[in-house]
Amino acid sequence: MNSLDFSTLGLRAINQKLQSLDPGTNEREWTITNPMGQHAIACGLTAPISVTVDGHAGFYCAGMNQNAEVTINGHAGVGVAENMMSGIVRIKGNASQAAGATAHGGLLIIEGDASSRCGISMKGIDIVVGGSVGHMSGFMAQLGHMVICGDAGEALGDSIYEAKLFVAGSVESLGADCIEKEMTAEHEKTLADLLEKAQINKDAKLFRRYGSARTLYNFDIDQADAY
Amino acid sequence: MLVEMTSRGPDSAGIAIYRDPVPAGSTKYSLAHDDVNYDWQAMSLALDQQLKTSSTVEQRDTHALLVNDADEEHVKHWLSEFDATIRVVGSGESVEIYKETGLPEDVYERFGLASAAGQHMIGHTRMATESAVTSAGSHPFATGADLCLVHNGSLSNHNRLREELMRKGVSFGSENDSEVAAAYLTWKLRQGIPLKQALEDALDDLDGFFTFCIGTSDGFAVVRDPIACKHAVMAETDDWVAMATEFRAIAALPGAETARIWEPKPATVYAWGNESVAEHIAAPLSSSQDGSSAGAAL
Repeated sequence: MNSLDFSTLGLRAINQKLQSLDPGTNEREWTITNPMGQHAIACGLTAPISVTVDGHAGFYCAGMNQNAEVTINGHAGVGVAENMMSGIVRIKGNASQAAGATAHGGLLIIEGDASSRCGISMKGIDIVVGGSVGHMSGFMAQLGHMVICGDAGEALGDSIYEAKLFVAGSVESLGADCIEKEMTAEHEKTLADLLEKAQINKDAKLFRRYGSARTLYNFDIDQADAY
Repeated sequence: MLVEMTSRGPDSAGIAIYRDPVPAGSTKYSLAHDDVNYDWQAMSLALDQQLKTSSTVEQRDTHALLVNDADEEHVKHWLSEFDATIRVVGSGESVEIYKETGLPEDVYERFGLASAAGQHMIGHTRMATESAVTSAGSHPFATGADLCLVHNGSLSNHNRLREELMRKGVSFGSENDSEVAAAYLTWKLRQGIPLKQALEDALDDLDGFFTFCIGTSDGFAVVRDPIACKHAVMAETDDWVAMATEFRAIAALPGAETARIWEPKPATVYAWGNESVAEHIAAPLSSSQDGSSAGAAL
């Protein structure tokens, strides 16, 4: 275990150290102490390492992540795992606005609640939220899955494309072009797998599925395989 | 808290601190003047002679604290007649408002606030968007006795609203959009509308992005626009409650790591305080204990 103290090293030294690690490095376990809500911690990682942020993180933590597994032992600020490509980001506490925004891949787990615009414009990421999400979550969500074990705020999935949303609790309201859809056995299997991968103990049978009514954009069903 | 927020707005900084309440019947005025050598004593003597009162005045850099037991409206009117270049930036029983251009650290230094103590305090550091970088355009803006407002965001209908308020007799000291929000609240409160109602009306009448923090005599209130465009985070422990634009402003407070941390919901009025605020606002979450401190940094 390698420990990096944010209060003495600062952001750039820590991020440069982690970003420069060789993918085959044997130094796979890292802890960042005293994050003090500072921004852009553990951004742009590419090596398959495990990084623990021991405390509350500020904005854009673990942004652009590839391959790394980042765990935040606390709350995360705005835009956690923004534009993640692959890997895993786990938040033990709550996440602020726009968690997982525009992310192309990987798995984002928020054990607590997420604030507004969770998964905004998501492009392939899987997001599992143990608690509830705020308003406008899944706004213009294009691809991937968002699993919400609690409730969803106003205008869930507004202007959604092909992302799949699963909600166990109540939905305050659905956004434009977002509708409830049939939960097939295949969807339930995908959902159960995601919950298991996220290590969130919730029965897949409790969820409803929401997605696009496909009336807001030119969707040709013949192209469905492309998504 | 405020110094940590320096990178959010290096243009100007301001502080409202609630401390050392004056005796009932007296009023404490926070005055400001562009000239750091302004003769406050001469002003105070003239005021005492003409309004038959006995004032104390204490200069703090470009500001001065004036205390007397004359009628508040008379004093404000007299000051505007005596010298229109004097700005009344705050008034009440306990509030003191200091604001200047420059970094929070420097503003703290100028007004001797680094080690200041009070029941609660609101700070603001500004990145100017809608109007000039001046002391008058800095936050907090007074909105009545012991009331002040700080704003993160930008209002889009402030010109029209300013014209409407001017027609109703409200005066303005800057072109600042946040001052319009403060004037709007002042105007509502003058009509006897409770603070909670005034803030709910603001949700309808103000167009644009805003997270407001409003300082009151014994606490503070928070309201965000319906889209919650601008960040806000709250932290509460048994000993204190704090609000900030970012958690890093709160991180250094004792016990912040284990505080209850959450985000205020959009279009919802929150308030902390004791009796007088409770009369106005039923706090949706919780009220702070007696003697606890509050802070906010935007």
